[in-house]
Amino acid sequence: MKVDNSLPLEYSTEENNLKILGFWIFIGAEIMLFATLFTAYFTLENRTGNGPTGADIFEIAPVLVETILLLASSFTIGLAIHAMRLNKKKATMGFFIVTLILGAAFLGFEIYEFTHYVHVGAGLQTSAFTAALLTTLGTHGLHVTLGFFWGLFILIQIKKRGLTPETANKSFIFSLYWHFLDIIWIFIFSFIYLKGMM
Amino acid sequence: MDFFDRFAVPHPSFLIYASMVGIGLTMLAIVVGITYFKKWGYLWREWITTVDHKRIGIMYLLSALLMLFRGGVDAVMMRYQLSMPENTFLDSQHYNEVFSTHGVVMILFMAMPFIIFFFNYLVPLQIGARDVAFPRLNALSFWLFFMGMGLFNISFIVGGSPDAGWTSYFPLAGNEFSTSVGTNYYMIAIQIAGIGTLMTGINFITTILKMRAPGMKLMKMPMFTWSAFIANVIIVFAFPVLTVLLAMGTMDRLFGTNFFTTDNGGMDMLWANLFWVWGHPEVYILILPAFGLYSEIISTFARRNLYGYKSMVASMVVISLLSFFVWAHHFFTMGQGPLANSIFSITTMAIAVPTGVKIFNWLFTLWKGKIEFTTPMLYSMLFIPLFTLGGVTGVMLAMSAADYQYHNTMFLVAHFHNVIIPGVVYAMLAGLTFYWPKIFGFMLNEKLGKWTAWLLSVGFVLAFIPMYITGLDGQARRMYTYSESTGFSAMNMVSFIGAAIMAIAFVLLVYNIYYSIRYSPRNIGSDPWDARSLEWATHTPVPEYNFAITPQVESTQPFWDSKKNGHQLFKGDIEKIHMPNNSGLPFIMSCIFFVFGFAMIFSIWPLAIITLIGILGCLAYRSFEKDHGRYISVEEIKETETRLRGAKK
Amino acid sequence: MKLKMKWILLTMVITISTVLTGCEPLLVLDPKGPQAKTQADDIMLSIWLMLGIVIVVLAILVFVLLKYRASNQPKDYEPPHIEGSPIVEAICIGIPIIIVIFLSIVSVKSNYEVEATPAGYEDQEPLVIYASSSNWKWHFSYPEENIETVNYLYIPADRAIEFKLYSYGPITSFWIPQLGGQKYAMSDMVTTLHLAADAPGEFSGRNANFSGAGFAENTFEVTAMTPADYLDWVEEVHETAPALTEDKFEELLEPGHLGRSTYTGTHLEFAPAPEHDHGSTDNNTNESEHEQHNEHESHDSDEHSEHTNH
Repeated sequence: MKVDNSLPLEYSTEENNLKILGFWIFIGAEIMLFATLFTAYFTLENRTGNGPTGADIFEIAPVLVETILLLASSFTIGLAIHAMRLNKKKATMGFFIVTLILGAAFLGFEIYEFTHYVHVGAGLQTSAFTAALLTTLGTHGLHVTLGFFWGLFILIQIKKRGLTPETANKSFIFSLYWHFLDIIWIFIFSFIYLKGMM
Repeated sequence: MDFFDRFAVPHPSFLIYASMVGIGLTMLAIVVGITYFKKWGYLWREWITTVDHKRIGIMYLLSALLMLFRGGVDAVMMRYQLSMPENTFLDSQHYNEVFSTHGVVMILFMAMPFIIFFFNYLVPLQIGARDVAFPRLNALSFWLFFMGMGLFNISFIVGGSPDAGWTSYFPLAGNEFSTSVGTNYYMIAIQIAGIGTLMTGINFITTILKMRAPGMKLMKMPMFTWSAFIANVIIVFAFPVLTVLLAMGTMDRLFGTNFFTTDNGGMDMLWANLFWVWGHPEVYILILPAFGLYSEIISTFARRNLYGYKSMVASMVVISLLSFFVWAHHFFTMGQGPLANSIFSITTMAIAVPTGVKIFNWLFTLWKGKIEFTTPMLYSMLFIPLFTLGGVTGVMLAMSAADYQYHNTMFLVAHFHNVIIPGVVYAMLAGLTFYWPKIFGFMLNEKLGKWTAWLLSVGFVLAFIPMYITGLDGQARRMYTYSESTGFSAMNMVSFIGAAIMAIAFVLLVYNIYYSIRYSPRNIGSDPWDARSLEWATHTPVPEYNFAITPQVESTQPFWDSKKNGHQLFKGDIEKIHMPNNSGLPFIMSCIFFVFGFAMIFSIWPLAIITLIGILGCLAYRSFEKDHGRYISVEEIKETETRLRGAKK
Repeated sequence: MKLKMKWILLTMVITISTVLTGCEPLLVLDPKGPQAKTQADDIMLSIWLMLGIVIVVLAILVFVLLKYRASNQPKDYEPPHIEGSPIVEAICIGIPIIIVIFLSIVSVKSNYEVEATPAGYEDQEPLVIYASSSNWKWHFSYPEENIETVNYLYIPADRAIEFKLYSYGPITSFWIPQLGGQKYAMSDMVTTLHLAADAPGEFSGRNANFSGAGFAENTFEVTAMTPADYLDWVEEVHETAPALTEDKFEELLEPGHLGRSTYTGTHLEFAPAPEHDHGSTDNNTNESEHEQHNEHESHDSDEHSEHTNH
């Protein structure tokens, strides 16, 4: 395999280049996916049937904590990639671990949030609004969950194989994915929670 | 007992039992045959685990032809049922299942794999690449598609077929009004196949953007590659909508959510809106590559360069953009008011402009040409007038006030068959005939091919023109029967005769393939049509690495230039070539997907959870897998090249 | 070969035009009301215009194919390389644009016509009829007359009718081809269709949108009669027809096919139409929604006064 040393490690082979572009296109598809979910959500937002409205069930505290956790994890994954570029394996792994812990904490809060919703009578089957809300949040949560395991696997690979063009490429792509989830969360935070609470 | 009851077909009939037996025996015959000839190993090594874009393409082709047969049988059954008033050949439930599956099969499991076959086979060859960007992903795309197709097709013998139309509008498709598992099949099978298609889209955009031969700028790409590029961009933007839509439909049916139900705030028209936000771009995903194929064929047999290359590209870009802004024309009658209707009416009509540009460009390509009427060209020349007819009726339908009268009638049915059959199906058959020698090393018989094209066209006109008339006479679509007094019977009989003629044409096509396998001369060289682009510059059969030396490109028709103007395509020496390894993982993972889908459809939760873990396990395995591919040595390449050059003459 | 194609298409054109103008007119092209007339005019206009385009394309195609076929060219003829000319392209874009603009204007104008009280009937109060579908029947409620019919419709000729459409169940489409185009009836909102019959007559109507097993027979008959006859009919119903009870209506909603039947009173009194749709447009529906669910009774009367004020 041809390795071009003038480029960052994650871009150094032809295959790596393809993968990064391919992943950007995948993110394009993901944007459409979430856009569709948002469209469905906004359409169904006021169709609460016999169930509660957003203002009835949203709680600012856990949401704020989730936001801070995810934003922080987005920052640490950035640091991980920075460390990777400086070829510091230990630091890369360290930031990866922090990112994953933050991600797990986010998921913990989200699970709490979901049980809370079910508890206050906003289950999946309650109304069109709750279905759209829980599906949108759930899809994001599912992405974070999958991302958590993916990140974990990459972490193990960095530990075992070191910073090679492959692991660097995987880490970089993972960071794109993680930032993307963060941006989606910002949209969820602003247009679902804040708008819903007002 | 309850557990097994749900696998029974809700409305059994002799036809269904007969097909059960038929399918069982065919499967048995295939298994026995493969075992007898000891081909299991060959199948596994050369086909099931392959990552070669050409072989994956051929598997797409076989799937498409199989589904063409299945959807065609559905079509003839429908036409026969309606050929006489009060016909009792099919009852209403059975008819509903037949037209629902006809639509899904023809669009998603026939036309889609057919165009993806062309993407796979042609795009890497046309741009001078060794394979697609992600060969392994490509295999996964195919197998997911294949399993989705398989799942959908077992529906009519296990549990019942979808019966709410190919559009599956809610609440009709909801649990309340569609009680069999049929619509679950619709939701899950299309979802699995759709994920495969989405990955195809990502794969080909990357391939086309990054893997073009040196010198092939975007504006020097062959027209088919351009159309493939745009179609794949549409796939990437439209299919996620379908993914979400089907997920919401699945949740409504399996988990009791209220997205599209009639109470608790559910909104039935949300389904219709989102369906067509995907559905309308979908038809352009089908038609644009068809336009690409026509461009290649017309330019080849007019012996001229394609007229107005730039405007051809521009028109496709405009069409692809507009395709996302016309979805509401599928339900002008929803009552969204005159303003919304006017806007969508105008955007829809606007599509006629770039499409018209393409028609005129093809006509000008013929201008001053030296036109040869080969079979592919004949299809193309039949396409132009018939498609124009379909296109202008589209403009008529776009006039929303008048659409109140066309909507849900046979007029509409006539229109979309009038664009899809001459537009897409003819292109597929023309392309198949055109590229057959490249793929299989011999030509299809020209005489039989022309007979097929003519028969198909006569059958087409007889089958679909009467529908315009009965539509204007008030015949709604999807009616399984009508009374004598409506006066629809004569036209419907003509329509049935047309459908029968079309069926004969397809039989003739099959006979042509058989005949040509037996009698067509081999050793026809690598360029039997005297064609113009890179796919003809390599050997026939195409070696696994496509091109021993990466070609150099300077114009839109590099191979033509190399033949006529002394352009040198292959410069430099042979070097060792890096190729991807075969892998069984895509197939295994897709098989698990199949079982997962089946478990979901019948709500067998433990199995669904186990298979879901299996799928995630496959992903994890893939993450840890080390696979750097392999190299083909210079000696091996030289040997292959000598052998193929020998075979050529 | 080319000639054959030409003949097929010519025969086709001739068939179409004979059928369209022939002795037995097609329902859609035989309008009996102003809305259907607008639509039929649009349809005929577009057919002629489009036929022109098809013929032009066909003529160019046949000409080019005959003139430039290989057998008509010298053996050593090499077709030229032509990139394309901006002027030709401009014409190819310009002419379709002009046609599209023309049709757009026609289309927009007709849109507003068919979505308003039919032309020539603006001066009188339209008759409001609620048409609701259930599997696989049509229920027609006349709130002003206090009458409900199943599967048939009596209307006064020469008067604008405002149909309020909704559905108990799948989406259906209310369609009387000779009076005008169709419109959807859905379960969570009410749509409005404006029609009028110019003269007394009998018309067939149907649900045009696929709605399950009984869809094919989901039809109804329409009789337009003189206003005097219509009043007689109303009176007769009031004298003879049984009252529509809630139980009876529930029974009528059961899936299946029924013949005609007639009742006094409408189901709107105990099962109002979903006219406050679930907040698709305005933002403060949350409140009204709750009201709708909690206070059915008071809501009903509101609804009613609203109709009569129309």
